[in-house]
Amino acid sequence: MHELSIAMSILEMAQEEAQIRNVRVEAVYLKLGALSGVVKEALLSSYEIACEGTPLQGSRLIIDEVPVVIFCAKCNAQRPISSLQLFCCPQCGTPSGDIVQGKELEVVALETSDLEYTNPENKECAPNPV
Amino acid sequence: MRPEPRLIEVRRNVLKQNDIVARELRDRFHRARVFVVSLVSSPGSGKTAFLERVLTSMGREYRVAALTGDLATENDAVRLARSQAPVKQITTGTLCHLEAAMVQTALEDWKPEDLDFLFIENVGNLVCPSSYDLGEDLRLVLISVTEGEDKPLKYPSIFNSADIAIVTKMDLAEAAEFDWDAAYGNIQAVRPGMPVFQLSAKNGRGMEEFLSFLAARLAELRQAAV
Repeated sequence: MHELSIAMSILEMAQEEAQIRNVRVEAVYLKLGALSGVVKEALLSSYEIACEGTPLQGSRLIIDEVPVVIFCAKCNAQRPISSLQLFCCPQCGTPSGDIVQGKELEVVALETSDLEYTNPENKECAPNPV
Repeated sequence: MRPEPRLIEVRRNVLKQNDIVARELRDRFHRARVFVVSLVSSPGSGKTAFLERVLTSMGREYRVAALTGDLATENDAVRLARSQAPVKQITTGTLCHLEAAMVQTALEDWKPEDLDFLFIENVGNLVCPSSYDLGEDLRLVLISVTEGEDKPLKYPSIFNSADIAIVTKMDLAEAAEFDWDAAYGNIQAVRPGMPVFQLSAKNGRGMEEFLSFLAARLAELRQAAV
């Protein structure tokens, strides 16, 4: 269970970006690879806990689950695998450990709003203007 | 009225901080010409027994040392110290994995230049360590014959973060009715092409083959560094 420390890193990043741009973060968009070693449900609840008492309290974490894609040398093409238990080309059956996608753990975007607007859901924790 | 929310692109790797430290470590290890091997497995699959045997055998010919991660105790470090190699315990508290910064801190008063091999034993866990690069050259994932042949299918992420699989406790294979073909097939299903060694730290089976493999990797590293 390392999702809490990952949630705190996400929160830290979002806060940093928000401070630079002087905005409030409403939502964080995350790409999460199937091989990232992170469990979506645990991350979602950890994020909520991590945000408590911070300017991001009430913000949403929107997770885009990224499937594993391998490169099949025989087909000379990138293919999504059909199961995490079988790393082979779904078309020709050739085994491949050449992972093109699926290890992502990346904040890709933030949904923001102006600081002056106070979200009724989290008005008690207006961001520190400093 | 609620203002329109704006979407801003960010693109930041969440584990960037760990990756940066891991890269620094890797550079430092390469400059020091030390070959670094990390070990991951579930609790009780024999990392410490295996490492004790490796340190003892290699210690006759090479300068070896180990860092060992554990949640609370120093038992592993005490066991490994019997090999006479320098050993340091990293106690992680409640953290279920090692991070690159912990390795960096543990190495503060060590000189990698004085070593040929450095071993890093991770906390027993097949999930969390898969996300964290420690700057190692080679990551071993260990499974014991008593754990069941389907471990690779249950933990594909850790197998995909490792380079070599080692099946431990081979001396118990028969008693555990271990099905080698099934285990090997499962490893290859989640990580095609992964080299697999069969070992017993107890009776020494397979150790020689593995140690020559490591020696060859060190020679390769040193040749490349020249």
